[in-house]
Amino acid sequence: MRLRLVPENTNWDFFRFARLTFGFSIFLVALSLVLEAVIGLNYGIDFKGGTTIRTESAQPVDVGTYRQAIAPLDLGDVSITEVFDPTFGPEQNVATVKIQAQEGDESVAAETVNAVQDALRVIDPNMTFPSVESVGPKVSGELIWTAVMAVLAAIGAVLFYIWLRFEWQFSLGAVAALVHDVIITIGVFSLLQIQFDLAIIAALLTIVGYSLNDTVVVFDRVRENLVKYKVRPMQEVLNLSINETLSRTVMTSGTTLIALISLLVLGGDVIRGFVFAMTWGVVVGTYSSVFVASNILLMLGTKRDWSKPDANQGNQFGNVDA
Amino acid sequence: MLQIPLWRRVLIWLLVAMGLWFAMPNLNYTTVERHNDALADIELLPEGADIPAELAAARDAWPGFLPATLVNLGLDLRGGAHLLAEVQVGDVYERTLDGLWPSVRDALREIRDQVGSIRRQDGKLDVLRVRISEPAGMSAALQAVRALSQPVVTLTGVGAQTLDVSSDGNDILITLSDAERDAIAERTLLQSLEIVRRRIDEVGTREPTIQRQGADRILIQVPGIGSAEELKRLIGTTARLTFHSVVSVTGNGDQSPGARNVIYPSLDDDGQFYILEKTPVVTGENLTNAQPAFDQNGRPAVNFQFNPTGGRIFGQYTAENIGNPFAIVLDEEVITAPTIQSHIPGGSGIITGNFSVESSTELAVLLRAGALPAEMVFLEERTIGPELGADSIEAGRIACLVAFAAVLIFMAASYGWFGLLANVALILNVGMIFGLLSAIGATLTLPGIAGIVLTIGMAVDANVLVFERIREELKTAKGPSRAIELGYEKALSAIIDANITTIIAAIILWVMGSGPVRGFAITLGFGIITSVFTAIFVTRLLIVMWYERRRPKTINV
Repeated sequence: MRLRLVPENTNWDFFRFARLTFGFSIFLVALSLVLEAVIGLNYGIDFKGGTTIRTESAQPVDVGTYRQAIAPLDLGDVSITEVFDPTFGPEQNVATVKIQAQEGDESVAAETVNAVQDALRVIDPNMTFPSVESVGPKVSGELIWTAVMAVLAAIGAVLFYIWLRFEWQFSLGAVAALVHDVIITIGVFSLLQIQFDLAIIAALLTIVGYSLNDTVVVFDRVRENLVKYKVRPMQEVLNLSINETLSRTVMTSGTTLIALISLLVLGGDVIRGFVFAMTWGVVVGTYSSVFVASNILLMLGTKRDWSKPDANQGNQFGNVDA
Repeated sequence: MLQIPLWRRVLIWLLVAMGLWFAMPNLNYTTVERHNDALADIELLPEGADIPAELAAARDAWPGFLPATLVNLGLDLRGGAHLLAEVQVGDVYERTLDGLWPSVRDALREIRDQVGSIRRQDGKLDVLRVRISEPAGMSAALQAVRALSQPVVTLTGVGAQTLDVSSDGNDILITLSDAERDAIAERTLLQSLEIVRRRIDEVGTREPTIQRQGADRILIQVPGIGSAEELKRLIGTTARLTFHSVVSVTGNGDQSPGARNVIYPSLDDDGQFYILEKTPVVTGENLTNAQPAFDQNGRPAVNFQFNPTGGRIFGQYTAENIGNPFAIVLDEEVITAPTIQSHIPGGSGIITGNFSVESSTELAVLLRAGALPAEMVFLEERTIGPELGADSIEAGRIACLVAFAAVLIFMAASYGWFGLLANVALILNVGMIFGLLSAIGATLTLPGIAGIVLTIGMAVDANVLVFERIREELKTAKGPSRAIELGYEKALSAIIDANITTIIAAIILWVMGSGPVRGFAITLGFGIITSVFTAIFVTRLLIVMWYERRRPKTINV
């Protein structure tokens, strides 16, 4: 007996509630943008500058005590969070202390780090500091810029590639889907105030890749079916294509999610935010390839004469005069 | 139908075997690492010396004919320190311009009758402003100052001059030309890199990374060092550069140098030793500059300048020792021992010898390697403790294994026999990722491990696409062999398009990212390449081989 996540020969109408699903997506995107504007993101030191110190102690972490110990140093914005992880031993109590970049410092101030460590050792003389990371404000500004450029470059490159391989309507649909995925993922980071650092940008770019992967598989089938069924309404062709690829979509998302969830649970707290972004991205990416990309393709329509696929190869403006 | 020519089968298995061959050392990580360390240590031993037993044992623990390159572990996995330093090149511009004042003064004094009195004006540090009292002598003054300008010496040399000289009323304005600024910036950075590298090599840690980043930055990563603080102290210490009188030259390193003398080996020439007076004539602290240049005969040489104290001592010493060699020593090794050819007053001199342009540039770098040419400001520092790294490896390993097992079970449950074949390909796939990573000596980081786990999940995608397609083709009852063939044929465009888009993301990550993010991009990119390869070649070959043997009437995907 085989495991079938999707029944054979499905014939579901994915556009029956098109208004509802599309409206829901627009709502989520809008909500995410509002969250990002109002609450903002919990930027890590990569983007804001400052210092994070990871502490490890045999005694239980008391955030209040830590805060009191550091307060006399007058370091401005200090955030202290206790870190929990199933892989920690019983004597392993971990916290991270995040200190804002000190005013007037172009670079990294070693004295600040030493002062904080000394202050914390008063609480537990055996406290250790497994990692200390400082980023000066000068570098962090550049890092933000590079990150934004990276995401934009990825989106642009992909827009171009899909336009080359398909038609511009496909390209817009795919890019709308991945912009949707990226914005909603950032929205979740804003809502849950998970630390947003360089690794998260890497995760966002992976989401871009994954979301497309999914969309492209559906589009590839649409292209094939458009050649096969020349007079069927667009909506039926899209529905057929999504149903035909549904089993694959669910299988691949399934295996990827299995892998990511094991990493999320067992991979340790250091990369949890990163893995969380990817896990979330896979879920949204799968949803958006059906309910955003295909919806937009349906709205925009596309050329219906695919009988001579090679006629305009390499020249998108080939039949301007025709 | 379903035919794969023999040569292609051989090629596919050969590629797989190669991938696994290069991946193999990673299974015995510590053994191979010790083997490599032992080889490096043995290399350092003097020729003919006995190899200590423990080194030999470590070396022999891993056979020499097997590949021994390992996947490097990133700082976040091994623990260590990371620093990003910015070299303050601007300071050097100012210092260079400031150092020009005495020669400008001397040049103008010689034509005092035309220019009148000379006075340096205070002002911005990037302009040397000199006022003369006789405006009529301006053109003569400009000419005299311009004579101080030299062609910029670079390997690409385009005939630019070092100084821009202009007039403003009674003032002569002297600035460094853009070409000279670039040359100084380049020189300063290369010198800083060289010093940093030398100093870190002194501690002898394994595989430090010292890289230039952009125009004026240096990235330093040292695994295994306790903290970034420690690393900063190391880089901040001044190395010792000294100038000594040479007593004699010998080939015997064990010779007793005699009272108040020392014996130092030659840097370039193995087996040559110099016996020198212990007290240096001058030290690197008295040196302000050294640059590649050319002597009167147009041969590459090195110019150097002392500060006033050093210049006076050096002038006196050279006047008394014409025809004798003296040694330039860095960290108890003799860089060179030129013969003094004339009295060298004024604190500057030229070292001629058997130089090429490259080696004179190198020596100039070395000469200045005693003191950092400019202050370094640290923009970024990270310390990762080794325990945290070890925890991360352990967590990543467990997560990998669990993900692997879960995906294998899931695939087998969904596609039966075909799923098992895909699983074989998946295992080969992960092996080949490690093979590729090892072969090019890539660095594995924590996000890189995440990339591998993600690949494990996504690698089956190509197989899933094919299997789903075969299922569909089977419905139209064309017989299993035709269904398999069509399945591969029709799934190909989707596989290619889908993976090219992901690889675009990976390439952009690699180009724009740094450190751990790059590690992720590498494993993701390699994962895509190997997974497409295993899906459309290896799994297919496995299926075809199985099909040829069994010739089933029906298949159940």
